[in-house]
Amino acid sequence: MMLLRDAIASYSAVYVTTAPGLTARFGLPEGYVVTDCNARRPLAVLRCTLQLAPIMLRERPQMVITTGAAPGLLGLVLGKLMGAKTIWIDSVANSERLSMSGKIAGWLADIWLTQWEHLARPRGPHFMGRLL
Amino acid sequence: MILVTTGTQLPFDRLIRAMDDIAAQIDIRVFAQTGPSRYVARHLECQAYLPPQEFEAKAKASSLIVSHAGIGTVLTAMRLGRPIILFPRENGEHRNDHQVATCNALRGRRGVHIARTEDELYDLVAKPLLVPAALVDSEAAIRTFSNNLEHSIARLFGGRS
Repeated sequence: MMLLRDAIASYSAVYVTTAPGLTARFGLPEGYVVTDCNARRPLAVLRCTLQLAPIMLRERPQMVITTGAAPGLLGLVLGKLMGAKTIWIDSVANSERLSMSGKIAGWLADIWLTQWEHLARPRGPHFMGRLL
Repeated sequence: MILVTTGTQLPFDRLIRAMDDIAAQIDIRVFAQTGPSRYVARHLECQAYLPPQEFEAKAKASSLIVSHAGIGTVLTAMRLGRPIILFPRENGEHRNDHQVATCNALRGRRGVHIARTEDELYDLVAKPLLVPAALVDSEAAIRTFSNNLEHSIARLFGGRS
């Protein structure tokens, strides 16, 4: 997401990350930090959701854009519930198949992207570029 | 040390056999993460599966990585600045030809070398100094992606661009 920040440069953006200090490395203001999680760790998923909810309520985003994985999906779900536009960019590492989060995101995302042409389908996920 | 990896999901005997033949002819230690491959190598140190930290340590200790066309391994090589040779699974060795597609997408990228046959693989491994891969050089791709995304977002918000 850091590498694609130019795409949202004309909007005011708030970043949520699982890696403290990540945004600073790219000269951006410090973002919110939440617990990393995945489907195999339901308690972490719960904790991450409880951390995300107040952030979303405070910021009231009109758009949620994420490169995943599970924490990004949770943000997408919460954003969708609040009526935000949602964008999913599946990680470039998923060249063989979409991630599980990515498949679920297909149901929610207004823009649903893969970074691999051969994974793109007419009804999504779509391909519009790759970070490599 | 040369690190060979097939990924963990599928066997890739053609790669392990080819590297076994090559290891017999060169003077470099070759370590192979073989997954469920069944070919029994005589000139390679083999391990079916390496936990992520051990894989990382092996990759750091290596001077060259030889891999099926797994993008995770390519990213590791780029991050660590190692040269990488991709030897893609062909039709029949995988569900479809996507490893060839991955190779085509990465062809020409600095430090990413592609071999489609055992002979091509030998020629690349035998080269004394392969160019290392790097995470740079992606600026043009990132700019294109970013522009496309910016336009799509503008459309999403009602045609403003």
